[in-house]
Amino acid sequence: MLIEISKLEVKYGSKKVLQNINLTLNAGEIVTIVGPNGSGKTTLFKAIIGAIPFSKGKIKIKPNLRIGYVPQQLKVDQTLPITVERFLKLATRDNSDLKKMVAFLGLKNIYREQINNLSGGQMQRVLLARALVDAPEILLLDEATRGLDQPGIAAFYQKIENISKETNCAVLMISHDLHVVMRASDRVICVNGHVCCEGTPENVATSPEYQTLFGSNIDGAFALYKHKHDHNHDVQGKSRI
Amino acid sequence: MTRATLAGIGVSLAAAPLGCFVVWRRMAYFGESTAHAAMLGIALSLTFELSVLAGAVLVSLIMASSVTLLEGRSLFMDTLLGVAGHSSIAAGLVIVSFISGVRIDLMAYLIGDILAVSKLDLLMIWIGVGVIFSLIIWRWSPLLLVTLSEDLASANGFNPKKENFIITISLAIVVAVGIKVVGVLLIIALLIIPAASARFITLTPESMGFIASIIGVLSSILGLYAAYFFDTPTGPSIVCVASLFFFLFLMLNIILKNKI
Repeated sequence: MLIEISKLEVKYGSKKVLQNINLTLNAGEIVTIVGPNGSGKTTLFKAIIGAIPFSKGKIKIKPNLRIGYVPQQLKVDQTLPITVERFLKLATRDNSDLKKMVAFLGLKNIYREQINNLSGGQMQRVLLARALVDAPEILLLDEATRGLDQPGIAAFYQKIENISKETNCAVLMISHDLHVVMRASDRVICVNGHVCCEGTPENVATSPEYQTLFGSNIDGAFALYKHKHDHNHDVQGKSRI
Repeated sequence: MTRATLAGIGVSLAAAPLGCFVVWRRMAYFGESTAHAAMLGIALSLTFELSVLAGAVLVSLIMASSVTLLEGRSLFMDTLLGVAGHSSIAAGLVIVSFISGVRIDLMAYLIGDILAVSKLDLLMIWIGVGVIFSLIIWRWSPLLLVTLSEDLASANGFNPKKENFIITISLAIVVAVGIKVVGVLLIIALLIIPAASARFITLTPESMGFIASIIGVLSSILGLYAAYFFDTPTGPSIVCVASLFFFLFLMLNIILKNKI
């Protein structure tokens, strides 16, 4: 058990943003959190990393858990000069795997660039690299594919899936790319202030609570999910072994 | 003159790396208000015949911490700082005017009087410098990470509030030890101008802190001697030299960029 959240309640002022959240995450699990805008998904993450206080409930975290956090975005002030290399090495416990990670995520050609000069997609890859340098036991991805194009998104999640399998690292991610994400997820949790429903991707996608929240277009996405299971092919259309 | 030079070097050494954080975190106005609050501290110390240094540190710290506490709860941080900072300096000046007896040279507190630095002052300045320097170097990486993203820092197991408090307390100390050198009105200049100048020619946070320190030290030495030769007030002269550095690097930057 890496994280065990029970009956969590978070308030902003007097407004309850999250209530009665129960969530357990074990090593190697991939869990996706879905939910409409403003449903408290990011708040949940912030409570897990200890960035915000909570009013009720418990968050039990494995002692010294190494968390790799990928925020929605990172804006670095123009006055702060910092290279990708320095950023990746900053306050990390162990960066012996850094070179491997840089090669794996294709960051070699931007390694000495200033963070401020990166494109949105490059920045996301740098943030992922930064989260992975510390050999995390759990990755928290908060809409980590912002600024990526469709093939980019697919490649991004493919990498996450590979890393998780290779290192037995758990993944908890917030995502709007439902059809791509659900394929790899062990469990899906639908959050809208509270947990609406949870279970396997199939169960959640067909549950009435989920369909009320996301409407009928999710059927299409789910169909796509099914479709992807039938035959895999890469971006060029060649079938994969 | 030696004492004055050593005092100037000390304050600029502490101010420059701290100033980098002030610049990166866009805390210039925060720093200025903290410095203004010191005037109230000075006035209270003079009234009750306490140490000016301690009074300045204490009141600056109280103001900076209370504003930090209120931050997040209100959306008007800027206004709040303006109210707190300027009220403090105004109240300070009013209180000083009530003090009978020895006439107090207000200008000495507002723009500094480095030539009047005593041996004890010098000792206090270097103790302050030592504290700030050790704090900043000890917490450099976490401070930098918190500056980049508080959430990333939290995920890494650091407490952003604790790190932010280190900046606040360092600011209060630098303001207090800077009173004799450049005064409460100009200390913020010694924080941000060397850092801003260094930004033009550096590619990493560490080199920016290092170059800023060199610019700060050069400014205080050159400014001091300029003040001596031209018979001008020392604090403003030091700041003028620092500004010259800024413009020099700004111009160089423009010229070099246009060439490429």
